Amino acid sequence: MTTLTTVPDEAGRFGEYGGRYVPETLVAALDQLAEQYQQAKKDPKFIAELEDLLKNFVGRPTPLTHAKRLTEHVGGAQIYLKREDLAHTGAHKINNTIGQGLLTVRMGKKRVIAETGAGQHGVATATACAHFGLECEVYMGAEDVRRQSLNVFRMKLLGAKVIVVEAGSRTLKDATNEAMRDWMGSVENTHYILGSVVGPHPFPMIVRDFQVVIGNECREQCDRDLGGPPNIIVACVGGGSNAAGIFYAFIDDVDTKLVGVEAGGRSLKLGNHAAPLCFGEPGVLHGSLSYVLQDAFGQTAQVHSCSAGLDYPGVGPEHSYWKDEGRVEYTTVSDDEALNAFSLLSELEGIMPALETAHAIAAAIKIAKAMSPQQTLVINLSGRGDKDVQEVARLIEGRG
Amino acid sequence: MPDRIEGIFTELLAEGRTALMPFITAGYPSMKVTESVIGALEEAGAHIIELGIPFSDPIADGPVIAASMHQALLSGVTPKSVFELVRKIRPTTELGLIAMVSDSIIERIGPEKFICDAADAGIDGLIVPDIDILVAEKLRDLAADRGMSFSLLIAPTTSQERISQIAALSTGFVYVLARVGITGESHSPPDIAPRIDLIRQHTNLPIAVGFGISTPQHVAAVTEVADAAIVGSALVRRMGESDDAVIAAQAFVSDLAGSLCAKT
Repeated sequence: MTTLTTVPDEAGRFGEYGGRYVPETLVAALDQLAEQYQQAKKDPKFIAELEDLLKNFVGRPTPLTHAKRLTEHVGGAQIYLKREDLAHTGAHKINNTIGQGLLTVRMGKKRVIAETGAGQHGVATATACAHFGLECEVYMGAEDVRRQSLNVFRMKLLGAKVIVVEAGSRTLKDATNEAMRDWMGSVENTHYILGSVVGPHPFPMIVRDFQVVIGNECREQCDRDLGGPPNIIVACVGGGSNAAGIFYAFIDDVDTKLVGVEAGGRSLKLGNHAAPLCFGEPGVLHGSLSYVLQDAFGQTAQVHSCSAGLDYPGVGPEHSYWKDEGRVEYTTVSDDEALNAFSLLSELEGIMPALETAHAIAAAIKIAKAMSPQQTLVINLSGRGDKDVQEVARLIEGRG
Repeated sequence: MPDRIEGIFTELLAEGRTALMPFITAGYPSMKVTESVIGALEEAGAHIIELGIPFSDPIADGPVIAASMHQALLSGVTPKSVFELVRKIRPTTELGLIAMVSDSIIERIGPEKFICDAADAGIDGLIVPDIDILVAEKLRDLAADRGMSFSLLIAPTTSQERISQIAALSTGFVYVLARVGITGESHSPPDIAPRIDLIRQHTNLPIAVGFGISTPQHVAAVTEVADAAIVGSALVRRMGESDDAVIAAQAFVSDLAGSLCAKT
């Protein structure tokens, strides 16, 4: 088990997963990024700047909240919420964009591109770019632009240009394709701030490292408030960055069970969900080998989730590694269950979660029920739900 | 015929000639067109056809080829149907037939089965634009066992150390990108002479140049220094726009073939 925290290796492999399945043009940029990151990681000045930004700009540490009424309602384990919804811009995404933004400045690049699904990563990237004075262009699928119009406007207000992607399924995967195409022609002066623990090496490692602040804080808070690590930690998994950020700090705590929650969507038929770890097979997508939803010929499958941030056919390679090693258990929650959890947390705790996060809450409620009141369960509350209000209204009306 | 690609380059070299390698998307605008156009391109003076196997997420491709692949997929084209087509036309042509294929497809089908199916159909070689070169050796060897060439790409941003790694992993020829960025047409001919000289210090393999090669003038500029020119988007666009894709392709490739340079 001790080797679980020493990945990836120099080739960017988490066990057999990860690697660099990219057009050759990108390799030099990835090498440069890996090298600059290794230097930055050891540079006390970089570390101090990042810590200062996380504290004074992002607003960290985020609290660990005891969800008393939810705990009472469920009648099982004590439920705690790691409040990433209280980070600046309302989700964990800012931890990564501030880190990569600082790297961009260090590399002397003036322009940033990003892909976004729910728009949270786009907003967080636009925010970091505004802060650092970097030019910012965000690729977003046309379907997501419709679902998340508020975030589109927020990005524009922050000075970013939003490029609407009409290709393919017009969601996150297609936005990622376009961002990679842009980067192939612009690597000299542009950094690509990838938003999750996916993509070619070194992205899965860098994004995890910038997100692990969630888990490190949570560990300290658990020691202080709970007397030690919790029995269970639950987090939603789209690409998997919030889950990787909280899980990684507890990987060696073998008594803490880790549960990742994927989007079960409408049904468990291919095309109706977005759960590659639960129902996919290893394959190559967006530069790394990982579990993926594909047809028999390797074409990326259509996916569905009510949550734009989970609506993605792939997942980070480290999650694939954790799945195969048996360290993390992965499960699914349907659109309906997530919607119910969205309402429940809002009513019981006065906390409106993102639809992505609502998947983790729905699973956690099921798990906590079977536990004793002496046990503890932490949900990574990865983001707030203001962005989803319109979509939730539409879905609830649709259910009639 | 084993190692057809090597044979083609050896013969051309002996005759002091360079090669034209048109790229077409398999099944675009239809399987019927693909079936007829290969013979037409042979008559027009092509030496090797690069047959793009449609992929849902072709990140190295620009809008023209990406859209052609999307359309081919919508009409039901699969690697299996492409291999069936190749099997059918193989006896009718002496051209080299190379599959340009994403490693996503190879990984899913399984490298052993993919190589076996491709070789049985009569494919002469592979270009895998997105493979992780650290794990490419196995596929190269599987291909070699069945007499197929295996070509990796060298970009303008590729370091010298990596150029020699890539060249050592490739067989048949190396594919050199004329520019950074994605596939697509460009206005000015590429200035690639210094890089071709550099790459020749690392390999004796023939050098084919693609990405942005879109006119007879570009073909002339490329084959003045390299061994082959690859033309993709400019051809695929013409095939998509024309009422008769076969005739349009033949006329364009005939123009391109007319401007191939002799080897000095």
